[in-house]
Parts: sequence; C-alpha cells; structure tokens
Amino acid sequence: MTDFSAMTDKNNEKIDKNKEEPGGLRVKPINNGTVIDHIAGGQALNVLKILGISGTTGATVSVVMNVESKKLGKKDIVKVEDRELREEELNRIALIAPAASINIIRNCRVIEKRPVDLPDEIVGVVRCQNPNCISNTHEPIKSRMLVKVKNPVLLRCLYCEQPLADGIAEYLI
Amino acid sequence: MFRKRHVLSMREFSKEEIDSVLDLAQSLEPLARGKKSSMLAGKILALLFFEPSTRTRMSFETAMKRLGGSVINLGPAEGSSISKGESLADTVRVIGGYADALVIRHPKEGSARLASQFSPVPVLNAGDGAGHHPTQTLLDLYTIRKESRLENLHVALVGDLKYGRTVHSLAYALSLYGADITLVSPPTLRMPDPIKADLSSKGTIVRETADLGEVIDNVDVLYMTRIQRERFPDPVEYQKVASSYRITPESLAGSQQNLIIMHPLPRVDEISPSVDDSSHARYFQQSFYGVPVRMALLKMLLEGDQVD
Repeated sequence: MTDFSAMTDKNNEKIDKNKEEPGGLRVKPINNGTVIDHIAGGQALNVLKILGISGTTGATVSVVMNVESKKLGKKDIVKVEDRELREEELNRIALIAPAASINIIRNCRVIEKRPVDLPDEIVGVVRCQNPNCISNTHEPIKSRMLVKVKNPVLLRCLYCEQPLADGIAEYLI
Repeated sequence: MFRKRHVLSMREFSKEEIDSVLDLAQSLEPLARGKKSSMLAGKILALLFFEPSTRTRMSFETAMKRLGGSVINLGPAEGSSISKGESLADTVRVIGGYADALVIRHPKEGSARLASQFSPVPVLNAGDGAGHHPTQTLLDLYTIRKESRLENLHVALVGDLKYGRTVHSLAYALSLYGADITLVSPPTLRMPDPIKADLSSKGTIVRETADLGEVIDNVDVLYMTRIQRERFPDPVEYQKVASSYRITPESLAGSQQNLIIMHPLPRVDEISPSVDDSSHARYFQQSFYGVPVRMALLKMLLEGDQVD
C-alpha cells in the first residue's frame, strides 16, 4: 500500500513515500480535507469520537484500520473530506494517539503536515474517572482535564484532582 | 503576602502564605478567647453545609462572630432549594448575593472549586467529599507550631491513611517544612502510592510501618486519626486493628517528654480518655485553634486587598 500522504501529492511533495505500506491503494486520495496518519492501531474510531464526527454529521470519512507500519507496528488512518479541521480539535487526538500526524490537503496538495501536540487543558472531551467528582453530576459545567504529562499522557481533573493515565479512551465523552 | 480570593486546597499555598496565616492567627488569638472586636462588623458569612459538621461549622461561626460579623445558614438541605433539584452552581450564585463570603462542605469532590467558579464572593472549602479540607490542615499546622515546632520535626501519622483527607493535606503541608514523616497504618489503609511518591519527590523522608510501638518513643508529634468500622468487612478484624492503634498511658511510657498527641476529632477508641490529662494531649487545644486560624482567613479574605 502506498503511503497515505504520498497518495495525495501530485507535485512531488511526497512525504514518507512508500516507506511503510508497500502494495496497492486501499483508499482513494482526497482532493481537499484532513488526513490523520500514524494513529495507533485500533484507535481510529476513538479519534472520530474525539473529533465529534459520527455517521450523522454528514462528513465523508474514510477509515483504514490496522495496516502495517514500521513506526507503530499497526496503524490506523482517517481521512475527512472537504473539511480542514482546526488545530485545537486535532491536538486533542494526542490523548489517545500521541504519534499521530496531520496532513491538511488543499487542491490535491499537502499544504501542511505536522505532529499533534496536546494543549495544557482539555475541556469537554474526557470525563473524570472519579464517580464522586462534582463534574460527573448535573452541574452546568464541562469536564476540565489539566495535561500534566504529554507522553505518556497523564491528566488531572481540575475539580477533584484525580489523575487519569490508563484507559483514557474509556472516558471519552 | 496573602493574595488569594478563595481557600480551596493546601496545594495552592506556599510556605510563606501558610506562615502569614499562622502569624495573623497568633495575633488574633486574644480575640478568639473573647476580647471584643468589630473588625468584620457589617460583613456576613454564609455557611453552606450539605453534610453534617459540628466543629468546623461551629468554629467558623464563632470566628466570624468574634470578629464582629454575622452568619447566615443554609440549614438542612431538605426543605431548601437543594431538595427541589437546584444545582450547586445556582445555589452559590444566589447565596453569594446575600453574603460577603461562603463556607462550603459538600459530599462531592471538587465541589468547592466549582463553587468558586460561580460565586461572586470568596469561597472557603470546609471539606469536599474525600478531597480537601484546608482549614483543618492550617489549624493542625498552627497547633504544631504553637505546641511543638514546625522545623526539624519528626511526625507520625497514624490510623486510616488511605481515606483520611486530613492526613493527605497535612503530609503535603509538612513536606514544605522538611518534616520527617512516619506513616503508621494497617496494610489495608496505607497512604496511596501517588501521595507518597509526591512527598518523596519533595525530598521528604517518608517511612512506613504497621507497628505503632516502633515509632511512639521517637517522634515529636503523634497525629492520630479514626479508623472507621465500615472500612472492614470483618468486625473481628476491625477490633484487632483498632486495639493495636490505641494510645494509653502505658503505651506512652517511653515517649519523649515533649511529645504532643493530636487528633482531628471526633475520636472513638484511638485515644484512651485517661491520656487526656497527660502533658502530651493537645487535641482539645487543637480543636480550639480552629477559631483563630479561621478568623485569620476570614480577615484576610474579607478585609485584605488580595487579588485572584
């Protein structure tokens, strides 16, 4: 399989060309939109959850799961067509896929490629694992998680200060 | 310099800020003992206790009244707007309009921080579930400073170190003063590892044992806590543990002359009443010191020029 970001490139701005997945195309290149590559194998659906993309949001989305990757062993890839996701939306992906890379595609060209970088605070994405935390009640607030360590990710609830490190995907809102 | 708007957690206090609270408490102690004052005349303190409390609620009320201020009470949650399903956020916005500061005790962790986000006036955390109880820690520090010393201290924290919120905050605060800390608890009620790791990372010497007899003769402060019966599914096991962490005049036979014994109260079986008259007992003084310490905090929050 051809490297995904390379598939999108018609002007020799090829990135990681054929390095990771020899063989044919599994998914068509996109003309415009966002490609999220190097997602840890099996996490693509959680990435969509973090981005708030479901079957009802209308976006054209392609998902490739568990393809071989030299860097990760197995990796997932997500393509969202005709939508350039905002940096703050994309950075949340680092919660569960810290090695993910983002490719913004415009007119078939990769106009931006960068890693994800967790912000210092994550609002309304991960609920606190403490069932007795005030943020898990009917109060008019969103969950607020402070990022104490970025890799491996360690979060701390702003309200009850309970840490969250393992199994973050289970607590996605 | 005390520059806080709210008092929510000991983690937000520097050593200098703690010292400034304790210094002011010291100067207010004559007022706490009954000397007249009108420092906070015209100010109103609202007590929002969503859980039962005796010492904390009454000492806040006493502190405010000793400074010439007045107090309003939420009263029992039943029969109030809470029973009608009002959120805590709305409750503190409303009552924050009636008072100059709020004291809150609530069963949910993080509730005081939430209250501080919605309240138009300062919030003092008087216990949020298993979370923080900073005014208890400050009065504990005041007691140690006054009745023993805060520097070069060897303290033993004894009893339920897993669930007891007071010992978590106190251990953290003592680490700021470079204390040596010995943790004495049954294996099932040991202090959680992340808290121990945090203390060690600050250079605090932390030892751990299940045997109170090992340390009782070598420490400056014995800080006793209640072991709750409901933590043990087997009543026989509870009795065994409870009796091994009981202080009696006999168990103190080899202790240092200047040892002090503290307890946040209420006690059940941890300290024999026959210890009350010994030169080591300080738990009733400790309880009283809640008044000057809370007076100091109220004065700083309501009178000072602090910023958020």
